[in-house]
Amino acid sequence: MAGAITVHTSEETSKRPRHITESRPVQWLLIGLALLFLGFIVLLPLVSVFVEAFKKGIGVYFDSITEPDALSALRLTLIVALIAVPVNTIFGIAAAWAISKFKFRGKNILITLIDLPFAVSPVISGLIYVLLFGAQGFFGPWLDERGIQIIFAVPGMVLATVFVTVPFVARELIPLMQAQGVQEEEAAASLGAKGWQIFWKVTLPNIKWGLLYGVILCNARAMGEFGAVSVVSGHIRGETNTLPLHIEILYNEYQFSASFAVASLLVMLAVVTLIAKSIVEWKSGQQKRAHQTD
Amino acid sequence: MKKIAQVRSVFIILALALVLAACGQGGNAPANVTNEPASSGNAANAATNDPAKDEPKPPVELLNVSYDPTRELYVDFNEAFSKHWKAETGQEVTIKQSHGGSGKQGRAVIDGLKADVVTLALGYDIDAIVEPGLIQADWQKKFEHNSSPYTSTIVFLVRKGNPKGIKDWNDLVKEGVEVITPNPKTSGGARWNYLAAWGYALKQNGGDEAKAQEFVAELFKHVPVLDSGARGSTTTFVERGIGDVLLAWENEAFLSINELGPDKFEIVYPSLSILAEPPVAVVDKVVDDRGTREVAEAYLKYLYTEEGQEIAAKNYYRPISETVAAKYADQFKALELLTIDGDFGGWKEAQTKHFADGGIFDKIYTPGS
Amino acid sequence: MKGSKSRNILPGFGLSLGFTLFYLSVIVLIPLAAVFFRTAELSWSEFWSTVTSARVIASYKVSFLTSFFAGFINAVFGLLIAWVLVRYRFPGKKLIDSLVDLPFALPTAVAGIALTAIYAPNGWIGSLLEPLGVKVAYSPIGITIALIFIGLPFVVRTVQPVLQDMEKETEEAAVMLGAYRLRTFWKVVLPELAPALLTGFALAFARGIGEYGSVVFISGNMPLKTEITPLLIMTKLEQYDYAGATAIALVMLIVSFLMLLIINLLQWRMNRRTVSD
Repeated sequence: MAGAITVHTSEETSKRPRHITESRPVQWLLIGLALLFLGFIVLLPLVSVFVEAFKKGIGVYFDSITEPDALSALRLTLIVALIAVPVNTIFGIAAAWAISKFKFRGKNILITLIDLPFAVSPVISGLIYVLLFGAQGFFGPWLDERGIQIIFAVPGMVLATVFVTVPFVARELIPLMQAQGVQEEEAAASLGAKGWQIFWKVTLPNIKWGLLYGVILCNARAMGEFGAVSVVSGHIRGETNTLPLHIEILYNEYQFSASFAVASLLVMLAVVTLIAKSIVEWKSGQQKRAHQTD
Repeated sequence: MKKIAQVRSVFIILALALVLAACGQGGNAPANVTNEPASSGNAANAATNDPAKDEPKPPVELLNVSYDPTRELYVDFNEAFSKHWKAETGQEVTIKQSHGGSGKQGRAVIDGLKADVVTLALGYDIDAIVEPGLIQADWQKKFEHNSSPYTSTIVFLVRKGNPKGIKDWNDLVKEGVEVITPNPKTSGGARWNYLAAWGYALKQNGGDEAKAQEFVAELFKHVPVLDSGARGSTTTFVERGIGDVLLAWENEAFLSINELGPDKFEIVYPSLSILAEPPVAVVDKVVDDRGTREVAEAYLKYLYTEEGQEIAAKNYYRPISETVAAKYADQFKALELLTIDGDFGGWKEAQTKHFADGGIFDKIYTPGS
Repeated sequence: MKGSKSRNILPGFGLSLGFTLFYLSVIVLIPLAAVFFRTAELSWSEFWSTVTSARVIASYKVSFLTSFFAGFINAVFGLLIAWVLVRYRFPGKKLIDSLVDLPFALPTAVAGIALTAIYAPNGWIGSLLEPLGVKVAYSPIGITIALIFIGLPFVVRTVQPVLQDMEKETEEAAVMLGAYRLRTFWKVVLPELAPALLTGFALAFARGIGEYGSVVFISGNMPLKTEITPLLIMTKLEQYDYAGATAIALVMLIVSFLMLLIINLLQWRMNRRTVSD
């Protein structure tokens, strides 16, 4: 698959000669259709989250996002993301380097394995760690004797999140690095550059925007993961609840406004990351253009 | 060629790792079984030695793993118990709560969630925790009244004015009536709903099981949404405005009226319902490992005191203490109630007969069987 | 892929591949292997009767059909959105482009609750559809809508780069030959986009089969009608039936793996074709 490759909606492609584009009314019709679809499917849920969040007034809103349990959920969410994202970033770079710069057999299977967490049901993603580390699981008794708690504690939640977000950075980098080929690295190598030097001086500058986009998406998913984390969390209030789980708890306590208020917090985190992404794209587009005029 | 060899060796190492993992499991599981009694015995000794000292004890934490509708109850009760325990022993105790579907919570404890006490929706879920040896088999005799410090029952919540005129179970299968209940497969409360309906039909038809099965099958044809938990069903009924009647725990019905709109709903008591006994138990293995047996037992015992019963009654659970029950007699209507042990032969039997895969509940959804 | 023959001079192959394989084994393979081991507790006939019981079969049907329709609708509208974003200029384009990623970031439970609130009979849209006799929430349509939400970015983000790189010349040539716009699209543009579109569809489809968090709220969970396969896994777990749960999980895992493998092979063949051109 092409992966969610960085897209540069630069002016160039939008400007096409009139004979190979649609007439203006058709264009507007198509734009209208696209916006209508996005509106019903994506925008409306977003708006409803905010409407529900502020239904009981701004006071309730701020109370619910500054309540100790919400703050501890926020802290845990950040901790989990802070571990899961860097780990998957390192993995993504290593995997992309091996896959894009070398030839070996079984590459398709390897790529498929990297993709697999995309397609595995979140329920299963959580279940597998219970099967491994649960008290009745493969390593459970061994861990129990040593007093190590993995599931129903932070390590299990980190593992589940890492599993779910494995593909994001790797899938972003692989097509990008494949497209860039190996000439620049080979040139550097023939000039006597060492491995890490080649990576830092040649490869990294080329992939940094794609890498950043992958990290941003990975982070967004890590913070928002619900299904897998729910299976391994144990739902101890104020201790093993991440933001998505805290939202569910509030919702189940009929505190609908509070639950949507916390949800809006996550939406805002997402929006911030998406804005960051736009800046990334804009900058990389700018750089590309600067590069071309050089 | 060298590269290929390298790749191959990596694969071999991986395969070995997998095999080792598999062997590790085979070797560890039996070891655990033999170790367990010894370790819990040691811990128990440590725990009994502990209270001998008179100096103020360090703060202690308890984890109470409970089911969905007890959230409000335990917020109040935990506060009361902390105060009581502090006054009694000078020790600080904080109680952490985990809530979820009863089956899910039971499974979490089995899988290693370190609960000191469990307060679940039905005995079946605690029996499941007994199986891997976490709780002693005679848990139901540890506390009074079958280890159920409060009871509840199943009632109907209808929209204000009862527009469909629902008075009893047989009104639920009338043309055009929509019934909301959670899925008995995933929700403890829903199993009580189902059994109450079954018991009613059995009584109406003079013990004819085929007729009873017909009745519950018909009843579930009137269910448009089958949520996975009690709280989900309440939300569907109250917030989404779906259905004419919600089969609910009595305490949930009261709570919905008070939290979500006293002018929108009312409670209807059917002619016959079921005595729901949500049981409590100390998780023996965990309290022995952590040395929290004393406080955990005191915690559950406190549920039986006047104050504990009062808190339960305030949260719409039927108290078992007669004095508190008398005080709240207006709140809880007297009802003819079936019991799980008397009328259904206990949870094990009810579970295999009705709710296990291939049981009666599955049959009413599978045409032709 | 030029210069692939002289790749040996680049360092780090053993290290990067070794780490990749090690990491994948620890995080993905060994945990997934646990599903196999657990399922092995069942005899073959027990396994077979578990994964082919009437309710499970019905749930495959629900999961596969709704995922298929959601994938299809996403393929159509995802292409439209990608097309509009790549080729046309209109105010707020950047914003719309960012909006596409939102389903990646929003917790699925929040999406489910929000969609249910909107499409329930008393919701913003549900109340408009109710008089028309259209029931969205608590029906397969509701599940499909949730899956459309979840899968949309996969299609848009796979089609977008291909559309971007498409040569103007091919279309130009078609126009010179006197083809109409729509005909150019069918005969020239769509075949070129087909592999990417198929990949996007397959990803959205694979994701849809496994989706749980958003669907349970909107589906109504009626056995044989709107009960999805992941919910059945949960149901089995909550009845302490681990072997049964992992048996169904195994079936889903194999389906996901095969689907992804097919996509990747397709992709690989396509790449080879374009390279050899």
